[in-house]
Amino acid sequence: MSKLIRMDHTGHSTLAEWTSDDPAAVEAAVRAFRAELDRGYLGMVSTGPGHAEQVRELPVDAPLVILRLPISGG
Amino acid sequence: MASEAPAAAPAVDVLPETAGVHWRPRVDDARLRRVGMLWTLTTAAHVVPFLGAATLLMWLNPLALPVALACVAHAWVIPELYARRGANVLRPRARAGDEPERRSVGLLGDLVDHDARELHAATGLVLEPGRLGTWLVGEGGAMLLAGRRVYCWCVRVDTRVKAEKALPSGDRIAHLLLALRADEQGFATVANLSFAGARWRLRRRVGPEMRPAIRAAEGLHDDTRSTAPS
Repeated sequence: MSKLIRMDHTGHSTLAEWTSDDPAAVEAAVRAFRAELDRGYLGMVSTGPGHAEQVRELPVDAPLVILRLPISGG
Repeated sequence: MASEAPAAAPAVDVLPETAGVHWRPRVDDARLRRVGMLWTLTTAAHVVPFLGAATLLMWLNPLALPVALACVAHAWVIPELYARRGANVLRPRARAGDEPERRSVGLLGDLVDHDARELHAATGLVLEPGRLGTWLVGEGGAMLLAGRRVYCWCVRVDTRVKAEKALPSGDRIAHLLLALRADEQGFATVANLSFAGARWRLRRRVGPEMRPAIRAAEGLHDDTRSTAPS
């Protein structure tokens, strides 16, 4: 079961859960992912120890996709 | 570290946030050394004139001792203030509610390994080895050990998106950690450098609860340097 989560003021919110063999769930996850990207969130997946990658399309096979806000110099 | 890695190989991706600071040269090893050297020269430019003035005053007239001592105090205080500014990036910020804090720390725990989780529980900082050096990520920025210097970077999560409310501590760190892992050089480019200098200066300025994290970072960094091929 893959998950799309958004880091927010609640700690994090699970926006979608899907398996690759469930087209309806995948479609709902893709819609939720695009909606958050439109809001300004950035999609991230872990790609190994100490590595992460920004994704612009929902990677359906990734077990965990995290949405983060942009950063800036403080 | 995260165990649920997809099969894809790590890709070099440029942080989109770097577009907002397009005038800044991208940080690499050489630029880091130059910046560190510049900070050392700046510190010397603050300290040497005051110490010189103190020496001159004492040589001209020993009765000028109070003024000479004031000069020495200035020479000591100015670098300490810079180091304090650097240490502030590691300081914890205001807490959110218990439940958001618990959930955010749980998610952060999924992104790091057991040792890093324990260190975070004890110090509030996450240790992250990188290519530029060894990082300690806090809620308001990150510290980088590179060579013999320490660099403190001030970074914040931009919560202006849809007026997002303040994030709990674990989420703030997770945001910075993911950005750092995606593009370490881009992260250092976007961040504002608040201090660069000797490790001992910073060590004295961080709270005692954070010092174990500094020691762990120094241990890891020194081990990495000693085993690195020359």
